[in-house]
Amino acid sequence: MFKKILLLALILVPSLALAEDAPPTIASNADAIALVQEHANYLWTLIAAALVFFMQAGFAMVESGFTRAKSAVNIMMKNLMDFSMGSIFFWAIGFGLMFGTTNTGWFGTTDFFLSGWTPDGDPWILAFWMFQCVFAATAATIVSGAVAERVKFNGYLIYSAVLCAFIYPIFGSWAWGSLLNGNGWLEGLGFIDFAGSTVVHSIGGWAALAGAMVLGPRIGKYGPKGEVRAIPGHNIPMAAIGVFILWLGWFGFNPGSTTTADKSIAMIFVNTNLSAAAGAVAAMFTSWFIFKKPDIGMSLNGALAGLVGITAGCANVSPSSSLVIGLISGVLVVLSVMLIDRVHIDDPVGAVSVHGVCGAWGTLAAGLFNMEGVTAKIITTQVIGIGAAFIWSFGCAYILFKLIHLTIGLRISEEEELIGVDIAEHGAHAYNDFVTK
Amino acid sequence: MKKIEAIIKPFKLDALKDALHNIGVTGMTVSEVKGFGRQKGHTEIYRGAEYNVDFIPKVKVELVLSSDMVDQVITTIMEATQTGKIGDGKIFVLPVDSITRIRTGEKDKDAI
Repeated sequence: MFKKILLLALILVPSLALAEDAPPTIASNADAIALVQEHANYLWTLIAAALVFFMQAGFAMVESGFTRAKSAVNIMMKNLMDFSMGSIFFWAIGFGLMFGTTNTGWFGTTDFFLSGWTPDGDPWILAFWMFQCVFAATAATIVSGAVAERVKFNGYLIYSAVLCAFIYPIFGSWAWGSLLNGNGWLEGLGFIDFAGSTVVHSIGGWAALAGAMVLGPRIGKYGPKGEVRAIPGHNIPMAAIGVFILWLGWFGFNPGSTTTADKSIAMIFVNTNLSAAAGAVAAMFTSWFIFKKPDIGMSLNGALAGLVGITAGCANVSPSSSLVIGLISGVLVVLSVMLIDRVHIDDPVGAVSVHGVCGAWGTLAAGLFNMEGVTAKIITTQVIGIGAAFIWSFGCAYILFKLIHLTIGLRISEEEELIGVDIAEHGAHAYNDFVTK
Repeated sequence: MKKIEAIIKPFKLDALKDALHNIGVTGMTVSEVKGFGRQKGHTEIYRGAEYNVDFIPKVKVELVLSSDMVDQVITTIMEATQTGKIGDGKIFVLPVDSITRIRTGEKDKDAI
């Protein structure tokens, strides 16, 4: 008797609790599970977007730490404005070019001004836009360090707008357009660039190279016989904290590029971290060997080089391959910084080496270390992507900077540069109550 | 009355202050200065490029004393700050015409 009552209770209690709803079915349970997954995807994508946004702070600190005190206001303004201007131009133009529908595979033609969103429509496009917006701004801000201490502020604003409206999104549509409505020619070939070693970093890095070349070196960077002179940065602890912030932000940049809350993010996290660590260690030993001292600036660049290097392959290479990719990135970045210095291109923070060179290496490595095997076709496609990024970004940015140079002028006057770009362009000091030289 | 100006290595300041205190020097003025002598600056490395630091940070200590203490103070400064390496600094002795303590208006030896 007692057993029968218990059995009845077990049957009745759940059905009483659900008395007001229709009884669950296999289909309704599947819908509910899918909705939870969908919500998790929103959360993860937007948390990752917030982490990537914070990378702006990291860039601002690295760049100002590696340059002189008389340029810190300008660096902060450039980082604030390339994100702010970039957000608006990416919303108006860039996003549509990158992710709108396309007939040619060369650029999108819909979704300008976020027109793909309606108040009662699917809000996923908003989460996706937010994540892509912070990526566009990352590409834009890479250039800031390479042109630091001598570029005119209004010229830099024009560059930021054009990069976020055209240069970055058009290349992005080639590689990533199908993440939404597009369909790019490069991804059609099977190009691997999971989180943007090429799409974001090489595009920014090669634009930085164009900017530094058109501008020329800072006064005093090279002696009368062409010898390289150091212009020490004014705050190394700030640069170091900036690198830690970038490293943290990269945990959004790479694992967030799944835009899906699933188990794959664990390996991407580990790969990202191992490559960064290996990059820092390799750069330290390389600088120790060459300069007889473990150099802080190079070691910090090495961590960033490892991060850039693993960005393309973080989802399709193994953790041990990530370590190798990071080690090579760390050696490469030191040699590249030295080479760029010696060919008289003044890149105060090493942006071209970190983002351009290690972005290209990372894109190649994503093919070489592919867990599912490597073929000649994969390598050929990776090389095509690397080359296309260089031609497109360096070419467009070089023309753009030349046009600015020939019209409104790209570089501040010699006198302004000696006083410092902060006073010349903004009428303000970064460190009131201190003497700057 | 004499004024002593000693240019020393910055990390020797604490040792010098204690040594002078022990022989009865009651006050000093200290400033952070930069300069070079025979040491001629030194080189540092920044991102793989060597550069010259021409003006090396030093500390200047200024003391005003009665003339009979000068030799003892010079010996004390040397003992406290000498490392034997180039760049230890110099000690200058200058005559002082008058001293006035602002608070009380006391003059010369009473004001030291």
